[in-house]
Amino acid sequence: MTLNQVAFIILAVIALLGGIGVVFLKSPVRSALALVINFITLGMVYFMLGHQMLGISQIVVYAGAIMVLFLFVIMILRSQHPEEDTSLWKDRRFAFGLLGGALTVALIYNFVIQPTQSTYGATFDRDYGTPQAIGKVFFTQYVYPFEIISVLLLLGVVGSIMLAKRKF
Amino acid sequence: MQDRIGPNRSGTITLPDSFPLKGLAGKKIRTFGFIQPLLDGVKLFTKEDITPSAVDRKIYFIAPALALFPAFALGATLPWGPNFGLYGILTPVADVEIGVLYALAISSLGAYGIVLAGYASNNKYSLMGGLRASAQLISYELAMAMSVACIVMAVGSMKLTNVVVEQEKPLWGLLEGVQNWFILTPFGFIAAVIFLIAVIAETNRAPFDLPEAENELIAGYHTEYSSMKFAVFFMGEYAAMFIFSGIFAALFLGGYNILPVNWNHLYQSTGNNLFHIIDNANYWLAPIVFLGKCFGGITFFVWLRATLPRLRYDQLMDLGWKSLLPISVANFIVVGIWIIGTSLYGPIGGWGAAIAAMVITLVLYLNILSVSKKGAPANDKRTVTMVTSPKRTVTLVDPAKTETP
Repeated sequence: MTLNQVAFIILAVIALLGGIGVVFLKSPVRSALALVINFITLGMVYFMLGHQMLGISQIVVYAGAIMVLFLFVIMILRSQHPEEDTSLWKDRRFAFGLLGGALTVALIYNFVIQPTQSTYGATFDRDYGTPQAIGKVFFTQYVYPFEIISVLLLLGVVGSIMLAKRKF
Repeated sequence: MQDRIGPNRSGTITLPDSFPLKGLAGKKIRTFGFIQPLLDGVKLFTKEDITPSAVDRKIYFIAPALALFPAFALGATLPWGPNFGLYGILTPVADVEIGVLYALAISSLGAYGIVLAGYASNNKYSLMGGLRASAQLISYELAMAMSVACIVMAVGSMKLTNVVVEQEKPLWGLLEGVQNWFILTPFGFIAAVIFLIAVIAETNRAPFDLPEAENELIAGYHTEYSSMKFAVFFMGEYAAMFIFSGIFAALFLGGYNILPVNWNHLYQSTGNNLFHIIDNANYWLAPIVFLGKCFGGITFFVWLRATLPRLRYDQLMDLGWKSLLPISVANFIVVGIWIIGTSLYGPIGGWGAAIAAMVITLVLYLNILSVSKKGAPANDKRTVTMVTSPKRTVTLVDPAKTETP
């Protein structure tokens, strides 16, 4: 039981609790905060895997910008009475949820865990996960998707301003 | 002061007459105010802690902690000293490749404490104060990130140790004896000014402290907090000020170097042993110099608070989105042109291309601005015009000369 595994188990348990909290907590603000915990621990898991750029992007973009805006919207438009919850055990939704969960676990086992059982000792470049490596790939191999995604983001910004503009 | 006169009277301590050491009994000790922060902390701990009954308890208690944690976690990638030799094991705390981006990420987590403090107080004014404060924070994060991106692009690495090493090269690539601190370069100066303004806005510090202004929203997002929880918000603000001063020093002011002079080059060219001694002092005094620059930054913050009046909220947002962001994007383009120019034509060609790009960008920007403002009513500026009454003239009528009927 290496330290790596212990750290991963702790982070994974906290991330899972956050994810479960998003669904089961009654107040929308607490559910958003549980999602923030989920994102931050997921970023820490990325750091554990050595992928610095992805982990810090997760924290900057997801936890630092998107969830703050979620919280804005929830706080401005908060409803005073959360919805009444029907009992979970008698509901058909619970059965379907269990079925979906079992299907997900089976798929992950079949396609992710089984093939990677014997791939120990994989070697990576020394600058794996650093911004330099990702930048090199962005501008040589994946330059078209990079530019098109940046245009897409610009469309998002301009479109939202157009939709929210007051009519003069 | 509720019988707690400690911090106010900490200038002199008067020993009582029944002091055991008879030589010191009845004497006054002057402390010059050094123990005032300690006594202030004790006062805040012993103040009455009022928790309103209608707050959302869990979030109310966790919000100050969420405001404090990013402030302290911010300084993990700061270069307190050189990365080689004896100091190599001391600095920085985490020498990761994503140095500056880590600081930007953790500073954007600072918005949570403010928003949740405003929400949990169950008070419309605190909620509005919290939302306005975090809107201000995320607006100025963009200009901050763009100005940092200029420096990162010029250096080629996000590690702050590499940024400081890059600043030890010759000034503008030409002058050998002077260090190339980025604040002395044209694009670096503009980026430094933008970064400084953005940092003052990020720490909610005057003149950007409308969210915690007293006469605006009672006290903003920390209205319902008393004693130590109130102090925790300010501890976070001051810690963030300190670390941001350190980041400013590392990015623009050459980090742990004392002066922008290349002592080793002067020693090689003149042979004077004094320069060799100063070069060694530059290495061994590096953490102290860095701390000194952080303190200088805090002094600047305190001076600025006493000097400038507060910005109104729409002026604040206009400054962030309409002025700082376009200028930092234009600066970014100029840095890109400088890099291409330097790699193709050497340093002189690079600076020529950069200055030409600056001039072209400025001319284009002014033209576009004047075209876009033509014919549009100026309804986002509120001007006050004084209505002056026409001058009244007084004509003297001599009663002796007028004819009375």
